[in-house]
Amino acid sequence: MAHGSEPITRGLPLWPGRIAAGLVLLLTLGTLLAVGLRAGSAGRFGVADWAAIRFTLVQAVLSSVLSVAAAIPVARALARRSFPGRRFLIAVMGAPFILPVVVAILGLLAVFGRGGVINDALIWAGLPAISIYGLHGVVLAHVFFNLPLAVRLILQGWATIPAERFRVAASLDMSVWRFLEWPMLRATVPGILLAIFLICLTSFAVALTLGGGPRATTVELAIYQAIRFEFDLGRAALLAGVQFTICAVAAAAAWWIAVPSALGGGLDRVVQRWDTGGSTRFSDACAIGMAALFLLVPLTLVLSRGVTEIAALPNSVWLAAGRSVGVAIFSALLCVVAALALAMLRGSAVAGLAGTLPLAASGLVIGTGLFVVVHPVMDPARLALPVTALVNAALALPFAYRALSPAVEQVEASHGRLADTLGVCGMARVRLVLLPRIRAPLGFSLGLAAALSMGDLGVIALFAGDAEETLPLAMYRLMGAYRMDTAAGAGVLLVLLSFGLFWLFDRGGRHDRV
Amino acid sequence: MKHPLFHVAGLTFAASAAMAQTPELTIYTYDSFVTEWGPGPAIEAAFEEVCGCDLVFSGHGDGAALLSRLRLEGNRTEADIVLGLDTNLTYAAAETGLFAPHGLSPDLDLPVSWDDPDFLPYDWGYFAFVGNEGGPAPSSFEELAQSDASIVIQDPRSSTPGLGLALWVQQVYGDEAAGLWADLADNVVTVTPGWSEAYGLFLEGEADLVLSYTTSPAYHLIAEEDASKIALRFDEGHYMQVEVAGIVASTDQPDLARQFMEFMVSDAFQSVIPTTNWMFPAVMPEGGLPEGFGTDIDPETALLLPADAAAALRESAIDAWRTGLSQ
Amino acid sequence: MTASDGLQFDRLDLGQGDFSLTADFTMSPGGLVALIGPSGAGKSTLLSAIAGFLEPRRGLIRWHGQDITRLAPAQRPVSILFQDNNLFPHLPVWKNLGLALDPRLKLSEADRSRIDEILDRLGLAGMGDRQPGALSGGQASRAALGRVLLADRPLVLLDEPFSALGPGLRQDMLHLAARMMEEAGRTAILVTHDPDDARLVAQRTMLVMDGIVHPPIGTDALFADPPDGLRQYLGHSGDMSRR
Repeated sequence: MAHGSEPITRGLPLWPGRIAAGLVLLLTLGTLLAVGLRAGSAGRFGVADWAAIRFTLVQAVLSSVLSVAAAIPVARALARRSFPGRRFLIAVMGAPFILPVVVAILGLLAVFGRGGVINDALIWAGLPAISIYGLHGVVLAHVFFNLPLAVRLILQGWATIPAERFRVAASLDMSVWRFLEWPMLRATVPGILLAIFLICLTSFAVALTLGGGPRATTVELAIYQAIRFEFDLGRAALLAGVQFTICAVAAAAAWWIAVPSALGGGLDRVVQRWDTGGSTRFSDACAIGMAALFLLVPLTLVLSRGVTEIAALPNSVWLAAGRSVGVAIFSALLCVVAALALAMLRGSAVAGLAGTLPLAASGLVIGTGLFVVVHPVMDPARLALPVTALVNAALALPFAYRALSPAVEQVEASHGRLADTLGVCGMARVRLVLLPRIRAPLGFSLGLAAALSMGDLGVIALFAGDAEETLPLAMYRLMGAYRMDTAAGAGVLLVLLSFGLFWLFDRGGRHDRV
Repeated sequence: MKHPLFHVAGLTFAASAAMAQTPELTIYTYDSFVTEWGPGPAIEAAFEEVCGCDLVFSGHGDGAALLSRLRLEGNRTEADIVLGLDTNLTYAAAETGLFAPHGLSPDLDLPVSWDDPDFLPYDWGYFAFVGNEGGPAPSSFEELAQSDASIVIQDPRSSTPGLGLALWVQQVYGDEAAGLWADLADNVVTVTPGWSEAYGLFLEGEADLVLSYTTSPAYHLIAEEDASKIALRFDEGHYMQVEVAGIVASTDQPDLARQFMEFMVSDAFQSVIPTTNWMFPAVMPEGGLPEGFGTDIDPETALLLPADAAAALRESAIDAWRTGLSQ
Repeated sequence: MTASDGLQFDRLDLGQGDFSLTADFTMSPGGLVALIGPSGAGKSTLLSAIAGFLEPRRGLIRWHGQDITRLAPAQRPVSILFQDNNLFPHLPVWKNLGLALDPRLKLSEADRSRIDEILDRLGLAGMGDRQPGALSGGQASRAALGRVLLADRPLVLLDEPFSALGPGLRQDMLHLAARMMEEAGRTAILVTHDPDDARLVAQRTMLVMDGIVHPPIGTDALFADPPDGLRQYLGHSGDMSRR
């Protein structure tokens, strides 16, 4: 404490963040350790594992770079154009990010697949058909999922450039790109690249379904095979360790160029600008139009196909849907409480670590680790739903953390000293100062976490008996029982519930009195 | 009854106490067995009528996941019976030492002889490529490889049909397996993690053919009155899948478990199988097979590796698959 | 009054890296003392140290003989009005004022009437239930002033608190603030870059220049015969004051 120029007090309580960080570390690294210990012997790598690591890296790099590259013109166009339905478009274009994977793949196939609209058109025009399967298919799907995230994050970056600066730039005839946009992008893009890289790193179903063969084996898939088929827990633990290592290296690489970026909030404002005439109008319209087509057509097709089936859904599906909603809400609350606790550590290294680790964690290893720990004590099926909520909360934590952390910083920057002098500290500070000021990002985080939890299939499959079936699991089981139409209906229900939860929470946060 | 929130809230006291009176038989099986369209509900009702017990089916993914789950739980498992392994898994399952001999020797209607002391079959089927009437219909792997027909298959490392196909090719082609896979590479549209995804893609029109079972068309015919799906007959013969159940050695209900195994090969169980699990019953029911199953192909050669041979060949079969398709 | 009464800077060094700011004197209590100096000289740094946002590199700060150097901001005998963000925008005015009485906002009926009384005195009667966003700039400034008056703290720091207001309104507010401080028996330090403000309301003025905080002297005397540095600053700041 003796070194000068340090703040003397910290007004926000630190203990919740420490507890949350400890729990996250236990859940990610602790479960890995549990799996490794249960394995007894160390795993070893084969040729196929190295190929999987290589493929994983290649697809994750391509996916993240393309997502961001495509997002920049779209975000730029959205940032400087106002048109009817803009808010709605921004909201709906975010949809693919929270779309359940199984549903999303069906949607992409309806457009890009062999029997999809594009190939129908090509065949009609006498042109050779295209194939979605292979590395390009995997990357396409990842761009589909992550373009919305990238657009939203970069749009947020644009919103942080004060309107006055555009005015100054206009009056001095400065290059807006060089002096305002490029520095903003340089500050925000590395963090976004890293986030999307990490999301794609643990991709599993997309890579295998659209990969087109064993070349497209990802590390997460190799883990799945090691656990489920070969019961080689040692190798699973080793592969999960590799995944964490890649995460650590990527995070270190991005650290020195990146600053944490904000997520959500403040996207409704169109910055008035003076460089938006003539040809930019056309290019902006193109960027927005193409992105909207790319993101919304697959969604629309999949919805229109299954919507007629909803009324005929059996009771068990509705029960599963109820369970999923319950799990999603509980999971969202857990997630946001933990993310807020971490954010209150004010950018400490531990918070950053705990806020990033789950991105690189394998859901299957977490699930297996928890199983190993829980099973000697009680029947894991009894804990299926709470454990699913817990793991889903952990997996959504990085996103919630990134949404809340800048908001907490902003509140502290503008009102921290006032609260300090008044002695508004500890939980009173959280209640009286922090929470009311971060309602929008809180709502957004809750919605995001709930939606991500709704669509997740991973851990529940490992724990659940039939009395704990969730909606994605029900949908998966319907497909396994040849009930493709009913499954499509369940898929639509899943989509509607995911989006509905997101919309409710997000909207609740935005309707602020101030 | 197992809803965790109720347990947490302690609301099931009364229910649990009541249930403790009747013995409970827990059977681990794969997911599709327990859905309301699967065999589970009918079999549960039929058995409970005769056993004076509470039969609980517990679904755990597919056959492979089922075994992994059991291995994770070890001797502390609550399972009394595991139902849904296939012959490609039984060797590994027996190796765990978690299973006890069933001690039964019923007359089975299988194309192959059966003498496994630990595991008893309840149904079986042939793997086959399924396609559309009027679509491409090659009659052998060779012809398929030469054709333009597109296929969706499952990953042998994560799915039982996928492994079945790899062993099928391995058994027919031996050292040439990798070569055949290389020839097939341009036919393979994609490889999916499990059967569901593959069959879904096929129904969506993503491929001409999908690896499934000879009985798959019967489902479309009987349940959907759709006669457009056909299973292709291959000259090389068809690899079989035999689905089995075994008694868990650590069971606290050995008598009930044995009673169930007997029930399993009886008419009450077997007559449910064709139109719920869409496989051939291990013991032909009195009424025979339902209309529609007759349209299925009947291969000249039934291929099936014994459990130990399947286990031994597994690694080379997967290697051939990976090497061939990666070229 | 003893020698230790008032605000004492005991060989205080508020340096950071190459920047150095020292103070070593005692400011006797009472009245409104202006703190002037060129921008970047360290006015806000000194205020931050007094308020407890900044730990000195060396030296001590005392109030009436008590060492407050390492106390948390809320434990100091100090209230502060910032340049902006003096009110929490999500809390109604009366709760903003109430925070000065209890940081957890557990307020009694008596507290409530004290708040109303202060609002009355400041011409804000009936505005307690409004959100700060619904107040004019002058009303918001007065509400913030009310919060300072409610807090039972003898030393008040005014960090250019009315700089966002128009010149006429700002002068009115300065007069009001000075009068209220006087009536309440508070000692106030007003940071300003505008010598006119100092002349208007401060009996005494402290000058910060070249890394040193100088002891307060009579404002009129200071401007009648400014030291070299101040003369130069005043020469340059002529335009600044009429921004």
